[in-house]
Amino acid sequence: MWDYSDKVKTHFLPPHDVGEIASPDAIGEAGSLVCGDALRITLKVEPDTEKILDAKFQTFGCGSAIASSSILTDMVIGKTLAEAARITNQDIAENLGGLPQEKMHCSVMGMEALEAAIANYRGQVQPSAPGTIGEDGGELVCKCFGVTDRKIERAIRENNLSTVDEVTNYTKAGGACGSCHGKIEEILRRVGKEISPLPAGAEKTKLTNLQRMKLVQETLDREVRPELRKDGGDLELVDIEGKVVKVRLLGMCAGCQVAGFTLKDLVGGKLREFVEPDIVVEDIKS
Amino acid sequence: MSKVIYLDNNATTPVAPEVLDVMLPYYREFYGNPSSMHTFGGQLAHAVNDARAQVAELFHARENEIIFTSGGTESDNAAIRGVLEAFPEKRHIITTRVEHPAILSPCRHLEHQGYRVTYLPVDDQGRLDIEMLREAIKSDTALVSIMYANNETGIVFPVKKIGAIVKEKGCVFHCDAVQAAGKLDMDMQTLAADLVSISGHKLHAPKGVGALFIRRGTRFVPFIMGGHQENGRRGGTENVAGQVGLGRACELAMSDCRTETLRMAGLRDRLEQGVLERIPETRVNGDVEHRLPATMNVSFAYIEGEAILLKLNEFGICASSGSACTSGSLEPSHVLRAMGVPFTDIHGSIRFSFSRYNTQEEVDRVLEILPPIIAELRDMSPFWNQRKK
Repeated sequence: MWDYSDKVKTHFLPPHDVGEIASPDAIGEAGSLVCGDALRITLKVEPDTEKILDAKFQTFGCGSAIASSSILTDMVIGKTLAEAARITNQDIAENLGGLPQEKMHCSVMGMEALEAAIANYRGQVQPSAPGTIGEDGGELVCKCFGVTDRKIERAIRENNLSTVDEVTNYTKAGGACGSCHGKIEEILRRVGKEISPLPAGAEKTKLTNLQRMKLVQETLDREVRPELRKDGGDLELVDIEGKVVKVRLLGMCAGCQVAGFTLKDLVGGKLREFVEPDIVVEDIKS
Repeated sequence: MSKVIYLDNNATTPVAPEVLDVMLPYYREFYGNPSSMHTFGGQLAHAVNDARAQVAELFHARENEIIFTSGGTESDNAAIRGVLEAFPEKRHIITTRVEHPAILSPCRHLEHQGYRVTYLPVDDQGRLDIEMLREAIKSDTALVSIMYANNETGIVFPVKKIGAIVKEKGCVFHCDAVQAAGKLDMDMQTLAADLVSISGHKLHAPKGVGALFIRRGTRFVPFIMGGHQENGRRGGTENVAGQVGLGRACELAMSDCRTETLRMAGLRDRLEQGVLERIPETRVNGDVEHRLPATMNVSFAYIEGEAILLKLNEFGICASSGSACTSGSLEPSHVLRAMGVPFTDIHGSIRFSFSRYNTQEEVDRVLEILPPIIAELRDMSPFWNQRKK
């Protein structure tokens, strides 16, 4: 059972400000049905002072998602939009007396919905229907929870994250099938944070053709194929030309809509992690 | 908190008072070691063997075909490792995508050690395709491990047919019967399994004790090595009180299994019918024709399972969910995913599981409390509001 603070419980049983403001001045949404978390916040704003007079929310999600929404509405009522814009996900979590690490993504969702509402008030973004993904224009990294690279980069910067597990706790990315872990590691590297050192295999820059072939084969057998088999798929190594690894997806993976992700993130990610950082993967259609 | 209504019996069950009564003397007075030469300790070997006979009775098996373990997880691990080590030349294992982690985790680990593992899929009702199993068995298949009944959905696999196919192909069959033991027939004269796992705390014995049936003549290398206990097949000083408790629990289950099973099925059906009648947009997950009598798994669209559990918790009602938010890993139920249940329905899935101690009053109380909880959470959900529009 999650170790929720008393504050989280009071904001869940029952939450404050549930509902929808009739003809609101601003609407903000975050999350989606697929993610298992979604929040819609509506605001009443005093035009002259830009003071938030009222806020209401609707949330699909677990206890801490509902509590985060509830505390958020409490926090913003009475503030000006400029003041509200400074609220971070850490503020939301702190006001709740802390959240379990695995639930930090709930506070991130609160912050995102608030930002969307403020942007909406300023006419910057039209509210989008819940259920859409990749709406920030970023590239979709986690297909299970619909998380983009932009969202991940931001969570890394603002919360000083350094491992894939932490990114999962804050954004949910990588929490289900795990096939985007390679991609998340790339983003972590790109954002320039320290991550756990790579296994020795990846440190070797000069591999002979023979060594590379052997390592590719081992990595596919050990790291990739077991993951694919979990979903009823598999792959076959067709050829290796220099640093281009040609594979054929089999079983459920062949013709899967997300085969592109599988190749790029799982296969490519693992090979870049364990073999060489510049390996390229190509799909040979059967 | 109000009086607890415990409907999470697939997670664990209360220790039966009759079981606790026979256990206590082995903590209070008879604390000896059954391996000792003195009578004070040595006499406990009789208690252990009597308990073994009671467990053997549940399986309709011989006493020397039962070894005691620390629980279901150890029994499963011991079965897999014990058989593989006995057939070092065979490098292939067959199991299913919906097994308990006590099977799936060791299998994944073995893949890293070079074993090939076939994970048989299930259909949208959670059923296995027996012909796929037949085709999957190869000349180097060491072991087929398939559960008797699923812990999340209660789906019962056709283990007798499975056993017949596996034996026809000359392979070893392990069956994880942790959820079925004490609820369904466990006759080893008709079920062609070579190894069967059971867990004490799922049938009103305490946690920390279980058993593994190993059919006479099955090649098996001990998993936990130590002293000569359990005929050299499982080292470690006996958990005498736990084993005595497990023996008594098996005896209790044997005494009224049929009537209790019918009664639990009646309660389950009452709750399920009541929920479906009172709460719209609710689906039952899995094949209702082939299900444990005491398990129901339902999905409430547009809301999330953890929130439902927290609300139920306020009324002392205990259940569980396949939602990502309850898993500790953010991973939604692998069982429901294997069945192709939509993500959104997995998030809103709730499992109620019964035991002999549940009553009709409890079911009726849940039927009073649950519908307003679902309605309240749906009122809070943007998707439900969108749907209403």
